[in-house]
Amino acid sequence: MYNQTEIIKDTTELGPEGELVVNMGPQHPATHGVLHLVVTLNGETIKKIEPHLGYIHRSIEKMCESLTYRQFIYVTSRMDYLSSHINNTACALLVEKGMQIEVPERAKVVRTILNELTRIASHELWIGAMAMDLGAFTPFFYAFREREMITEIMEDTCGARLTMNYIVPSGLMYDIHPEFQTKVKAFIKQFKEKVTEYEDLVTGNIIFQSRTKGVGVLTPEDAISYGCSGPVARASGVSCDMRKIAPYDAYDKVEFDEIIETAGDSFARYMVRVKEMNQSIRIIEQLIDNIPEGDFVGKTKNVLKLNKGEFYQRVETARGELGVYVVSEGGTTPYRIKFRSPGFSNLSVLDHIANGSKIGDLMATMGTLDLVIPDIDR
Amino acid sequence: MLSLESITKTTQDWLLAKFTPTLALTIECVIVILLAITLFAVLGLVLVLLERKVAARIQIRLGPNRVGPGGIFQTAADTLKLIMKEGLTPDTADKFLFNLAPFIVMMVAMLLLAPIAFAKNFQIWDINIGVLYISAISSLSVIGILMAGWASNNKYSLLGAMRSGAQIVSYELSAGFAVLTIVVLTGSLQISEIVASQENGWWLFKGHIPVVIAFVLYIIAVTAETNRAPFDLAEAESELTAGFHTEYSGMKFALFFLAEYINIFIVCAIGATLFLGGWMPLHFGHWEGFNHIMDYIPSSVWFMGKTFLLIFLIMWFRWTFPRLRVDQLLNLEWKYLLPISLFNLLLVTVIAIMGWHF
Repeated sequence: MYNQTEIIKDTTELGPEGELVVNMGPQHPATHGVLHLVVTLNGETIKKIEPHLGYIHRSIEKMCESLTYRQFIYVTSRMDYLSSHINNTACALLVEKGMQIEVPERAKVVRTILNELTRIASHELWIGAMAMDLGAFTPFFYAFREREMITEIMEDTCGARLTMNYIVPSGLMYDIHPEFQTKVKAFIKQFKEKVTEYEDLVTGNIIFQSRTKGVGVLTPEDAISYGCSGPVARASGVSCDMRKIAPYDAYDKVEFDEIIETAGDSFARYMVRVKEMNQSIRIIEQLIDNIPEGDFVGKTKNVLKLNKGEFYQRVETARGELGVYVVSEGGTTPYRIKFRSPGFSNLSVLDHIANGSKIGDLMATMGTLDLVIPDIDR
Repeated sequence: MLSLESITKTTQDWLLAKFTPTLALTIECVIVILLAITLFAVLGLVLVLLERKVAARIQIRLGPNRVGPGGIFQTAADTLKLIMKEGLTPDTADKFLFNLAPFIVMMVAMLLLAPIAFAKNFQIWDINIGVLYISAISSLSVIGILMAGWASNNKYSLLGAMRSGAQIVSYELSAGFAVLTIVVLTGSLQISEIVASQENGWWLFKGHIPVVIAFVLYIIAVTAETNRAPFDLAEAESELTAGFHTEYSGMKFALFFLAEYINIFIVCAIGATLFLGGWMPLHFGHWEGFNHIMDYIPSSVWFMGKTFLLIFLIMWFRWTFPRLRVDQLLNLEWKYLLPISLFNLLLVTVIAIMGWHF
């Protein structure tokens, strides 16, 4: 058992060399969840950052082991709640791989569109939250205006706005909403018009640039050795887009660029995400008029049983590479399941890249790492 | 015409006729104190509501719209709530200093109301060193903030208070130099004389580019001095939760909050007085007709209009810019603003000596 006093450092006394130990979190406006950082400060300068996890641990992996292959997908929506579609897709793809089920083309295309919409929604929320960390409140509302349109599309088609649970092994739970295509097109139109507004508000702002440029620099070597993925690694010049490396669903049929920046600082991470939103729009534009007719779900047995063996499926969530690893004994439930979450590896570089900077820089660095705590702490 | 000047004059005449001079003076003092407190409360309510409405407008939302028509009683309801709340004092806090700090901050804000000319001949105290008085008193508020941060015995508060101390002390220099440019041009520290000197044109227009620079510097410096975004490092809610007032709740928090808004009003009022002619109407050289129409607008409306224009500007900053980092904040002052303002003061002095201004 933990000794509580060991975890939460005494905040009334100074450290050994007159250093200030501050508990940031589990309740703190900038940690966006229950992340607990024990930050050692020398004045305003950061000497050490120690992340403490476990405040939102729900034993999702253990829960998944006692649920059937149809049921366990729904639990994974609660991991990285901002990319629940993509989590569901990863699990569905794994079950399909394990049972060699063919997925109808229609389902593949719709999954891809929904995954990209989810990615845009996640990046929109991130832009707002990150700007708020840096003290600018207004971009949050601008970003949410567009995000709201996506959540409405999700609500129509999936019946939920955040934890959709729409993707099932071998396809989709039900067919898309009749107005799905018109609404997505309306969203694309609005997004293209309005995205410049908050780019003007944030990207070009001199204060924003001076707060993020050269702050929290992550070298490509460190990005690889810490296991970073997603926009964090791509901002350091590491090519790691699962949609390119190991295409799934309809990603091999669409054209898009993998965004890579080389600076590795907070501003590069910001630019990667902004440009990625435009690439997501590009993918959706290619697919939205070409949704094939046909079944939305393939024919499967009622009780799913994976073949005996080990299976691994990786997908690109909004935060990076999500891996699902399942050991199957041939039964109806997984013998062992393990998720490789992108946030955990991305959080682990925080001490490395924010060390020696100011408290304000920690907010910029942490904001651009785009941490979702329930993803780190399953 | 019914103006504030005639009201004060009638009141004084009536009091002097009824009572002995000493008693009349005492009664006048009481009336002034009551009016000042009322103004304090009303300004707080109006400015908080204005800020929320401005913010809502900028952020494509509606803002408060439930309590009263258009939400105008929202801040009154909030104040009521804050009064009812328990004013917690943390166990480890220095209780005396902790409870004293909000009053010091508020008292400073109140003292600053004295030399401001709200309308023609409507001023609580036309002290002959008005500008110096304002500069001196406004620097006292940092004591209250440091006291709050230190007495809270909370690390966030301490960091916030230290930041605030460094910030206010630095930016006071720029604000002071910007104010000095007008003093140099006018040759007086008295508020009424500074206003009178702008009868044929505001300093912003007749002082050439150096005064425009001084005005910009003044706006930047006072935004920092009042701890407003993008210089709100003392509060910096994403970094230090709430900075120096993290531990305050209820009415004690409300006093800090109120003082912040009164300070904004005061610095904007001073800015309007020094650069935009105070209660003086807008006059253009020989446009007799235009000048005559402008004279019909009451002087108090002119003063309030100019002040609220500047307040709106400062609110606009807050909802547009991200926050600076602490080292960038101090660099901005010591490496850019201070040399510019020193040079600018020199330039203005030359202009004043040579009589090049209009």
